[in-house]
Amino acid sequence: MPEVDVRLERVTKRFGEVVAVDDLSLDIAEGEFFSLLGPSGCGKTTTLRMIGGFEDPTMGTVYLGGRDVTDLPPYRRDVNTVFQSYALFPHLNVFENVAFGLRRRKVPKDEIATRVREAMRLVDLEGFEERRPAQMSGGQQQRVALARALVNRPKVLLLDEPLGALDLKLRKQMQLELKRIQQEVGITFIYVTHDQEEAMTMSNRIAVMRHGRIEQLGEPEAVYENPATEFVAGFLGASNLLEGEVKETNGSGLATVLLTAGPSVRLPVDRLPAGATGRVKVGVRPEKVSIAPEGEAGPADRNTVTGRVTMSTYIGVSHQFKVQTAGGAELTVYVQNLGAERSPAQGESVVLTWKPEHTFAVEPQEDLTSEEDEG
Amino acid sequence: MAGPVSDERTAVVLPAEGPLAPPARQGERTLERRRRAVAYLLLTPGTLYLALFFALPLILIIYTSLKSGGLLSGGGFRFTWQWENYTDGLATYGSFYVRSVVYAGIATVACILLAYPMAYWIAFYGGRWKSALFFMILVPFFVSFVIRTVQWRFLLGDFGLIFGPLKDLGLLPQDFRVLATPLAVIAGITYNFLPFTALPLYVALDRIDRSLIEAAKDLYATKTEAFRKVVLPLSFPGLFAAVILTFVPATGDYVNSSVLGGPNTTMIGQIIQTKFLVELRYPEAAALSVVLMVGMLLIALLYAKALGTEDETLAAGAGA
Repeated sequence: MPEVDVRLERVTKRFGEVVAVDDLSLDIAEGEFFSLLGPSGCGKTTTLRMIGGFEDPTMGTVYLGGRDVTDLPPYRRDVNTVFQSYALFPHLNVFENVAFGLRRRKVPKDEIATRVREAMRLVDLEGFEERRPAQMSGGQQQRVALARALVNRPKVLLLDEPLGALDLKLRKQMQLELKRIQQEVGITFIYVTHDQEEAMTMSNRIAVMRHGRIEQLGEPEAVYENPATEFVAGFLGASNLLEGEVKETNGSGLATVLLTAGPSVRLPVDRLPAGATGRVKVGVRPEKVSIAPEGEAGPADRNTVTGRVTMSTYIGVSHQFKVQTAGGAELTVYVQNLGAERSPAQGESVVLTWKPEHTFAVEPQEDLTSEEDEG
Repeated sequence: MAGPVSDERTAVVLPAEGPLAPPARQGERTLERRRRAVAYLLLTPGTLYLALFFALPLILIIYTSLKSGGLLSGGGFRFTWQWENYTDGLATYGSFYVRSVVYAGIATVACILLAYPMAYWIAFYGGRWKSALFFMILVPFFVSFVIRTVQWRFLLGDFGLIFGPLKDLGLLPQDFRVLATPLAVIAGITYNFLPFTALPLYVALDRIDRSLIEAAKDLYATKTEAFRKVVLPLSFPGLFAAVILTFVPATGDYVNSSVLGGPNTTMIGQIIQTKFLVELRYPEAAALSVVLMVGMLLIALLYAKALGTEDETLAAGAGA
């Protein structure tokens, strides 16, 4: 297990009456690409700013490399930040922007030149040293901001939605680039984003945040495949969530849940929320569901639901279906476009099947509807 | 986009040379021409106003400055290319120009030293009171310039509101005085022109993106370094404007030196005012005005030229 690089111990941040971060504890390992993911207002940026030293925690302790830095100002922390707005100095050229931190630390002149050149090469911006930030595109400015932070070889790099201002194509390209750079320099990256795909593409681990707390923390695959809460299931990718009641947990490791909308489904016992009895929401990811014309009975070991196609959308890489079950629930199904099968038409009756091990269950959360308004 | 002249020409030539010009393009041109006409139309009132009330009087002043004769004696003024108005004026009053520039210069520096911290504090820490606080700097403007300056006579009088009691208490010698000294005049100018300095500084400081200061601190700059390397250079356009807006009118000011000054603090504005309104020697007064104006223009141009490449200079400075 690698060294713990950043540790937050029971950190709380209040702004007046508002609790932005609520008793949060977190360990981030050295060299890790760690993402704080959540909707706006969930406290992810405040958490990052407390690590950077831009906000003082109301309570709790921040450790960097084992050292308590809670009371240290930003310039005395071995941490650098890539700001959402890039915050490049408009009166300085690219070279001086990148050299800013080294000059403040009184690094010898020729070493500055070498290190700036090295950083410019790392972000693929050689030859732009004399430009002003205003003379560069958003993507280039983003790279300058990255070089300006990395040139200082910090222990930890903090990134606050750094790709938010870029268009989709550039964003995808920069995601891969960031991952490459992180692997090349081996520095711990703490990345704040509200884009779940971005977080999953790049991170070793993800903390999904809501209301100043961590709802779930884990590797992208674990968080995606087995969301711990209804919020995480909805925020990370698309989920079909069906209300139901736990009926029995038999010896073979499978539990049975009777859906409010109709049949019962099975899922591994360990996918049930801890201590769940009675009402749960059963989930399955749209891409895990197979769709077939009615009458074509699926294998008996799969969960089966019947319904009628209410919408069929061609997306190119896949077909997307909305299926209404007899009980009134609606499921979304993605079918990869292999070009082989005939796809069910709107109004057609279909059978949906999926494996029990692709099923998860969460406790119903009451206050989810207001969530979207915060964004 | 092509320049207006060449564009206009092609638009006129096209129908004659190329009868097959597509109608769509012609429509575009008409639209373009109309748009330009609207722009000129919008400029017209301002241009007329400036022509009538600025350019014309300016020409008249230059014209007057080359006249000779007198209103009271000599039976009126005649235009005689009287260059002596300039040479004599400069020879007699040269030292008054120098004094004016020195007083205005010191007052400008004082204004910057007072206004910068004030504007800085309001812009950065004013929060939701920002506008109200800044308005307070402008409040004195609502009282007449002359009245405000006259009030200072009461405050600074030899036995006035401030020094009277202090002298009675024996804290100051009986012959201590501020009124009628250069200090009084410079202080008066500083007080009266402070809002002109504060306004552009405030605007420049208020526009600075706060995340730049955070970025500087993130990059190991202390508070002082963040100010020196980021805030100060970025406030430079405001500083530049503040200096011009304060220094130029302060040099020509005559109210402060008349009201607060004495025989040894006379500024050039006072001389011009006396010649125009008291002695009615229009040509000499006009010549002195032209010299003042040209002198100020030269100083302003030199100043702009020296600091025009400031961006690069500062960038180099930040590197040091």
